[in-house]
Amino acid sequence: MATTQVEPVPDSYLTDPRGLRSWLVTRDHKRIGLMFLVLISASLALGAVFALLIRTELTLPGGQVVSTGAAYNRLFTLHGAVMIFLFVIPAIPSSFGNFVLPIMLGAKDVAFPRLNLASLYLYVVGMVFFLLVLLLGGIDTGWTFYPPYSTSTATPVVLAVVGAFILGFSSIFTGINFLVTIHTMRPPGMGWFRMPLFLWSLYGTAVIQVLATPVLAITLLLLAVERVLGIGIFDDKLGGDPILFQHFFWFYSHPAVYIMILPAMGIISEVISVFSRKHIFGYDFIAYSSIAIALLGFLVWGHHMFVSGQSPLVAMIFSALTFTVAIPSAIKVFNWLATMYKGSIELTPAMCFALNFIFLFGIGGLTGLFLGALATDLHVHDTAFVVAHFHYTMAGGVLMAFLAGLFYWWPKITGRMYRVGWGQLAALVVLIGFNLTYFPQFIIGARGMPRRFFDYTQLVQPDPDFPMLKPHPEFVYYQIISTVGGFLFVGGLVLVAINLIGSCFGGRKAPANPWGAATLEWQCDSPPPRENFASAPEAGDCYDYDDLEYDEQAQEYVKLP
Amino acid sequence: MIDLDGLYSLAELPLLAQTGGSFWLPDAATKDPAMDPVFYLILAVCALFFFLVVGLMGLFVVRYARRPGVKPQKTTTHHTLLEIVWSVIPLIIVGVIFYQGFAAYMEMQNAPSGCYEIRVTGRQWQWVFTYPNGYSDDNLHVPVDLPVKLTMTSTDVIHSLWIPALRVKMDLVPGRYTSVWFRADKEGTYRLLCTEYCGDEHSNMLAAVVVHSAEDFQEWLKGAADYLTTLPPAEAGKILYQRRGCFQCHSTDGTAGTGPSLLGIYGRTHTLADGGTVVVDDNYIRQSILEPQAKILAGYQPVMSTYQGLVTDDEITTLIEFIKTLK
Repeated sequence: MATTQVEPVPDSYLTDPRGLRSWLVTRDHKRIGLMFLVLISASLALGAVFALLIRTELTLPGGQVVSTGAAYNRLFTLHGAVMIFLFVIPAIPSSFGNFVLPIMLGAKDVAFPRLNLASLYLYVVGMVFFLLVLLLGGIDTGWTFYPPYSTSTATPVVLAVVGAFILGFSSIFTGINFLVTIHTMRPPGMGWFRMPLFLWSLYGTAVIQVLATPVLAITLLLLAVERVLGIGIFDDKLGGDPILFQHFFWFYSHPAVYIMILPAMGIISEVISVFSRKHIFGYDFIAYSSIAIALLGFLVWGHHMFVSGQSPLVAMIFSALTFTVAIPSAIKVFNWLATMYKGSIELTPAMCFALNFIFLFGIGGLTGLFLGALATDLHVHDTAFVVAHFHYTMAGGVLMAFLAGLFYWWPKITGRMYRVGWGQLAALVVLIGFNLTYFPQFIIGARGMPRRFFDYTQLVQPDPDFPMLKPHPEFVYYQIISTVGGFLFVGGLVLVAINLIGSCFGGRKAPANPWGAATLEWQCDSPPPRENFASAPEAGDCYDYDDLEYDEQAQEYVKLP
Repeated sequence: MIDLDGLYSLAELPLLAQTGGSFWLPDAATKDPAMDPVFYLILAVCALFFFLVVGLMGLFVVRYARRPGVKPQKTTTHHTLLEIVWSVIPLIIVGVIFYQGFAAYMEMQNAPSGCYEIRVTGRQWQWVFTYPNGYSDDNLHVPVDLPVKLTMTSTDVIHSLWIPALRVKMDLVPGRYTSVWFRADKEGTYRLLCTEYCGDEHSNMLAAVVVHSAEDFQEWLKGAADYLTTLPPAEAGKILYQRRGCFQCHSTDGTAGTGPSLLGIYGRTHTLADGGTVVVDDNYIRQSILEPQAKILAGYQPVMSTYQGLVTDDEITTLIEFIKTLK
């Protein structure tokens, strides 16, 4: 009779080697990815605190949290800057990208592990700059830094701009690493069109990171030079042109929204296929659409400037080009639906958040049509409508995919299983809270509520000088709904955090392949050993689930002989 | 109406219909705004595709929910014709939307000849509308049925003029002119807002658009412009103090705002930020209006931008007379 033996716990990347120093100087992509995940999640929490302060402030007209426009302007600037530069841009590539990209390729690490560590440290330095800005009282330019306001305000703009500059290099380093790794380190048997789609999306993202980010770096540097040395570049008082800044800024920042959304779409492609147990539909079209989005994304920046005074001809061209970007995104959505068709769909938390993504990003993408069309953009530009639109794409898109990825790869990263029921509940709470928060903003925006507005008292009250002027008291009603939704939304995120962090203390041990996925990262242990694979794995069809069968006893999927 | 000091009771809040316009769009000052049909076209397309995508998604989640022992059915994993169909149909639809948006936009861009021209100057945080006779006001008054062209610029940072009822919006950029035109064909009063974030008082940079009948407009313009000659200077100065937005930073009751209060300021000796002193007299007030950065009182930031070109000498005189009365 066999005696019960204590199973030896194999050393994973988490424990091999041990010690703080081994983490600080690590070149292991998994450790770097995990550290990124922690820092990025902390940034998300900070951004969410600012978001709740903004929402509470706007609940009723007049000052609620802060008493002056100056203080409110710092709140929305810090919310935007933290969320954009510290969360959404690096959210998926630097964390999950770093963690799974080499394993999906069956490799031991990325092509340039030291550069990867440098990218992490640059992120930390950028974060420190942002925290300094916060300690010095914050900045009030909006995350867009438009001059001449940004060159004339008394707040520490240069510090923030240098922070964003440094974060840009973190992003460029990650991009270079991914490009080279995907080009040179694919295993035998994995041609370009046999790669997991997540890698295609990271590839498209890396192209934008490397080509567009330097433009932001130059622009921010010029802005700092103008502020510090008084050299006229953007400020008309010094002979500069404020519109030039907008062109430079959006030449980066529009492609940057695809830096944010492409990796998100990559996660959705993986999750939908795995939890429908169906081969992904239209692989080639999804892959090509990632590249099409990456390239077309460079040609549409002028749609942020339809009311800036650019010529109608230029506006017309940018409007037309903008609509072409809608098509590759639509192709992806239709292919995901076709993948689900006749599948065997399991609503795991990861799948729930992926469905949230389709629901919310669908609204975000479709409402983009109002902004791409010239006549309607004139009306809704710079209103709460735009705020709703980009939150549906960024929070409804990137954040939902980030959460889907978090629930999908969590067992692989930590080696622990979380509570499925609580994850599903969190997805539902987030979906309801999200729509309550942002949908009302479409309505009030189209009806006359601008964005970045501290106090809307005068919009909802009758004007004694002009008794015929109709006030909009209904704005208050929608703002209240929006704030209640905001707290529900963040409550859902707190549920996610409790569930996942709790799983590290007493969660069931994760098997190698809990979901029955066919990409290579599910062939190594959970969590993976230091060098990922004992011997180089063989790459097969990464969406073929036929030979994976659920083993009730081991509670994991095993390969049929 | 709403009592802003107390908490709102949801029951007191009026329904949308009571505040004018449709569910999505506010009251229009024109009978058929060119934008509205495009807005509703896009709304219909959005609704159609949203319900299509989310409907199919919901259907598949229910219909193909995982059941023990039931394998997923085999389907093809690639279908070029299908891919082309679901690429080309959306392409045609967005093509139509683009064209409709562009056509309405061109209608809104090309000002007809014979426009009534008004100059607009944006400054932190106030609107100045200058009429052909040289008179300036802080609200926009226009005649009904006549095309009106606004030629706009800014003296400090970028602002943006939005009149929701007219569906027009255009930035005011320092160092260049932008323009926008409209024809209001419904008399009434509408809201005008700044939609480009411009600093601390951005949300208070508001004005009214008053659409008068042709006769009323001429009468208003004559009466408004005459106040300098018909009223005593101190009273005219008081009106100007309101209309030029001085009140936003300079109180008349002694409370310090962004700038010093005007109460009792005249004739006193004040310390300057650079340590010197100044007697507040006619010349100091004049200089502070035209060159606000020249002598800043201690304790205040040099944030005021110049009124050069926005006030006449006669107007400055009335302002001085008004300030003299504040004791």
